[in-house]
Amino acid sequence: MTSLETHFDETIEHDRRIEPRDWMPDAYRKTMIRQIAQHAHSEIIGMQPEGTWITRAPSLRRKAILLAKVQDEAGHGMYLYSAAETLGADRADLTDKLIHGRQKYSSIFNYPALSYADVGVIGWLVDGAAICNQVPLCRSSYGPYARAMIRICKEESFHQRQGYELLMTMMRGTQAQRAMVQEATNRFWWPSLMMFGPPDDQSPNTEQSMAWGIKRHTNDELRQRFVDMSVPQAEKLGVTLPDAELRWNDERGRHDFGAVDWDEFMSVVKGNGPCNAQRVAHRKSAQDEGAWVREAAAAHAAKSRFAPRMVAGSGLSGTNPGANKRGRTA
Amino acid sequence: MTDFSAEGGHGAVPMNGVPTAPDPEVVRSDWPLFEVFLRGKRGLNHVHVGSLHAADPQMALYHARDLYTRRNEGVSIWVVAARDITASSPDEKDPFFAPSGDKVYRHPTFYEIPDDVPHM
Repeated sequence: MTSLETHFDETIEHDRRIEPRDWMPDAYRKTMIRQIAQHAHSEIIGMQPEGTWITRAPSLRRKAILLAKVQDEAGHGMYLYSAAETLGADRADLTDKLIHGRQKYSSIFNYPALSYADVGVIGWLVDGAAICNQVPLCRSSYGPYARAMIRICKEESFHQRQGYELLMTMMRGTQAQRAMVQEATNRFWWPSLMMFGPPDDQSPNTEQSMAWGIKRHTNDELRQRFVDMSVPQAEKLGVTLPDAELRWNDERGRHDFGAVDWDEFMSVVKGNGPCNAQRVAHRKSAQDEGAWVREAAAAHAAKSRFAPRMVAGSGLSGTNPGANKRGRTA
Repeated sequence: MTDFSAEGGHGAVPMNGVPTAPDPEVVRSDWPLFEVFLRGKRGLNHVHVGSLHAADPQMALYHARDLYTRRNEGVSIWVVAARDITASSPDEKDPFFAPSGDKVYRHPTFYEIPDDVPHM
């Protein structure tokens, strides 16, 4: 074992953070890029299901909240791409891999948001499940990822609370509104449980990820935690969770719950979910339609202040030709 | 067999068979990278918060405002082109930092002063 490797292992062992310019095993670097990049993609694609409701929000208050929430998702994606780039990944390349289906995003976003109650349920259950995943990640051994997660977790709490408040409001409304909340809960409950990934005995990489300090709890532990958190929230809200086997187990001190349909999960991952094609096509069209803007801005920058070192004798003092020209015409 | 990590953050994502190496052709067309530093409030230093891409420094400032100060997190922003930063290795065992390692006498606790000496 080389001294670099020993130092890496000791850093992990002492629960210290690995920082960008540290030596790290190639497999650690690749695993972190996969994890962070695909987390970023999930945030970016995650804008779409709820984003469709912005123009149809029931009030200005709800519209402002939803707009802020969707903007946060974009922000989370950006924090994460920033972290991925510290590992040698490149943002434009990651987007390219996303729109060509070579990297994935969380399957939960392949389900549509069919009513405004879905906006609430996504906040409550989907973001709630994300929080379960993300809080332990604030202690990820990779420094930039851990720091991005701290920022994200603070904002994610707003997402969950606005969702739950929206649902409480609907539950105080008409019978039809209460039915919408129940129906949205029925549709999102099982996909939310799938967010934690297949059972532990089918997750061969878990052990290595735990040893590296980039996974702090197993899939099943996190899923159980989420179920235990959600049950009293559902009761308080007045909705039932669509699982006949869901009940408190006194012996275990936890809830028992029914089996997740992993065939559905695999099918959605493989591209057969309700919205897979639409999600990627939408992201691709945004990228394609923005191409001329990116090119124009780059061309403008090349002609003006940001290219000073290519022009001898100019700098940030405003003596370069581009800056002078702008000054005269202003 | 494909392994799914729950800790893909916002839900399980596949960890096997996912490429990570950048395509140089795509990388070349990207806007340059800027590092972002934020002063949280008056009286504090600017602190590094992350990075972003922009065509020029002015655009980087606007993007930094939108990205890193959505909740009044800052009163001042610096952006620096990442290519202009010269960095030491963060490895704490780096010989670069060795010169300060053995100079304990630079710290006030090195000196023993009797307890009954006031105001020291």
